[in-house]
Amino acid sequence: MAIHPPEQTIWWNERIERGELVWIGVAFLWGVIMFSMMVYWHIDGKQNLSNEAYRIDPGVFEQRTEEFTKKFTVREDKNTGYPVAKPPAGGDVYMLARLWEWWPMLELEKGQTYRLHLSSLDWQHGFSLQPTNINLQVHPGIMHVVTLTPTETGSFGVVCNEFCGLGHHQMVGRIYVVEAGKSQ
Amino acid sequence: MSVATAETGIIGGIAAKFRTCPATGLKIDLAAEKLIKANAVAAVVFLLIGGLFGLLVALTRWPAVHLLPSDWFYLVLTAHGLDVLLLWILFFEIAVLYFASAVLLSCRLATPRLAWLAFLLMIVGGLMTNVAVLQGESSVMFTSYVPMKAEPHFYLGLILFAVGALVGVMVFFGTLVIARDERTYEGSVPLVTFGAITAAIIAVFTIASGAIILIPTFLWSVGYISHIDTVMYKLIWWGMGHSSQQVNVAAHVAVWYAIIAITVGAKPLSEKVSRTAFFLYILFLQLASAHHLLVEPGLSAEWRIFNTSYALYLAVLGSLIHGMTVPGAIEAAQRKNGFNNGIFEWLRKAPWNNPAFAGMFLSLVMFGFLGGISGVVLGTEQINLILHNTIYVPGHFHATVVAGTTLAFMAITYLLLPLIFQRQVIWPKLAMIQPYLFGIGVAGISLFMMGAGTLGVSRRHWDITFSDATVTFDYPATAFLMMGLNGIFAIVASLGGILYILITVGTVFFGKKVDASNVVASLGPMPEKQVSGAVHEYGSAGTWHLPGTYILVSVFFLSFVLYYFVNWKYLSEVWPLS
Repeated sequence: MAIHPPEQTIWWNERIERGELVWIGVAFLWGVIMFSMMVYWHIDGKQNLSNEAYRIDPGVFEQRTEEFTKKFTVREDKNTGYPVAKPPAGGDVYMLARLWEWWPMLELEKGQTYRLHLSSLDWQHGFSLQPTNINLQVHPGIMHVVTLTPTETGSFGVVCNEFCGLGHHQMVGRIYVVEAGKSQ
Repeated sequence: MSVATAETGIIGGIAAKFRTCPATGLKIDLAAEKLIKANAVAAVVFLLIGGLFGLLVALTRWPAVHLLPSDWFYLVLTAHGLDVLLLWILFFEIAVLYFASAVLLSCRLATPRLAWLAFLLMIVGGLMTNVAVLQGESSVMFTSYVPMKAEPHFYLGLILFAVGALVGVMVFFGTLVIARDERTYEGSVPLVTFGAITAAIIAVFTIASGAIILIPTFLWSVGYISHIDTVMYKLIWWGMGHSSQQVNVAAHVAVWYAIIAITVGAKPLSEKVSRTAFFLYILFLQLASAHHLLVEPGLSAEWRIFNTSYALYLAVLGSLIHGMTVPGAIEAAQRKNGFNNGIFEWLRKAPWNNPAFAGMFLSLVMFGFLGGISGVVLGTEQINLILHNTIYVPGHFHATVVAGTTLAFMAITYLLLPLIFQRQVIWPKLAMIQPYLFGIGVAGISLFMMGAGTLGVSRRHWDITFSDATVTFDYPATAFLMMGLNGIFAIVASLGGILYILITVGTVFFGKKVDASNVVASLGPMPEKQVSGAVHEYGSAGTWHLPGTYILVSVFFLSFVLYYFVNWKYLSEVWPLS
């Protein structure tokens, strides 16, 4: 039994039954397939995480985001008063995370590709774009540049899903997606 | 047996007192026995505290109940993780290590005084961190990601606890050396001890990682270090945080093998295969830190793919092997016990009314189907994009750590009570249903959290209605339903947990004394042949034919493949990103 020393002192020479060998083979192959899926998705899949990231001083990132917002704000959000920035299609987009908000709101066009720059000014935050369900970790001092292509129109929430203190659950941002050439 | 009949052995000039276990014939060092009891009792106390915190968490996340205010919720959630994930499990694991070395090898425990020091350090450290959390200035979650800062004694307590655990692991290794030196066993160590060695080796890596990150973080919290890199912190912290879960896996698989050996007389199908599977854990599990860095900025895809898959899913291979050899060993033993009709008589007539066996089998099934499959899916580089930090994550690890590890530890308690505490389990009828109650509760918790997570619900979040937020978002109604069901099943699991604690504590204080005349009966219902064959004899699995196991494993494998590709399908539907 398993609570006693092996019956055969030379247990490593015992024959392995065929059934066991077959299962080990199947399990190993399944591992190879799962490994290959991740590689394959980088070649042919459309959802991969960007490697592009830079060390950045939080103050510098804040300044860049403010410049971006100043330049592209098209309106104030109706109920909340947040600035809504609508950058040109294909351009650079900034959104900052801080205790406890995502700033500014964005308006993007469906089918266009944007370079989204994300960073935090204080603690770690979680960028959880809902309901499409994309989740990214946001660090202070590191700017993550993610290329994103909205495929549906509507109003999307950016829920913070990394615990960031007492106001964590109040930290929600918004991204509007509209048809190309139109506005909200 | 009582101390009166203990014999004193003087080996190498060191005296140790032993008693002989009437069920197994093993010589049990009385010093080891006391330490096993102390660690197990501490474990159960922290399970009670941490479990109740968990219930409060679930009741707050049930939108219709929403029990606690936000500051208390985050405080209690921090304490819940600390008390059950760290304290309950590690105290119990130290008990398992002493059991798998001193008891199973009939050896005296190395340096019992140091082992008591280890125990004391763990208690002081555990209490210190608990106090820090309850004081309210350290609600940083179990993970305490920098630059969020806790009070210095939060980190100091963790460090003391880890040092204590490390000393305990060293006592275990010392005991192995003594056993070999004093030739207390023949040939190789038993498979269960081999599994415990696996757990202990990974534990050393784990605790070292913890020290490397927690000591600087402590110094940072008191102001001696100005900056801790946030990504580096996660990399090394999870070298502790995730690898310690692999300690649990190795330990609870070892516990599975121990339980099936004692309750149905199961023998490993192949020592070579089972030991190799454990060895794969040692070689590859430590790469798991990467599971927590799949959506962080600045890490290369190559690094992520290699590490998140444990090289080539080689540690998963270890678990897949145990997933076949454990039920296979049960089938082989049960067929030898006379249940040889058809494909599933062996399973139908397994001792389902023995809580040790029932708990072990539920642990096996749920760890595989719920915890294992979801873990691989969650740890797939790109699929992590749709699951990271959603409540799917706690759904997954409640299936592994609660349904897997905790339930396995509860199950073996029903054997340790008569064998080590020498008390008959009180309320055998209630004990019989306890694993089912707890198991059903945990299965519900895991499934509904995973369901809500698939719908995007955030983990560690006080209010998914965003009632006091400036900007809001509406989660789908199904998500609310799932969080409600999670709350209901958390109540069921809590009832199972409370029952476990009542039975355990009641047995320790009021259980009937166990002696040679009733020890076998005290281990709970078992197959007749197994009982008549006595626990200490073992047969050979020999050449076997295991149609039932093949079918079970095939069902598992198909579920795995199907669920894996369903999640790729989900991923392919979200916005393209690169």
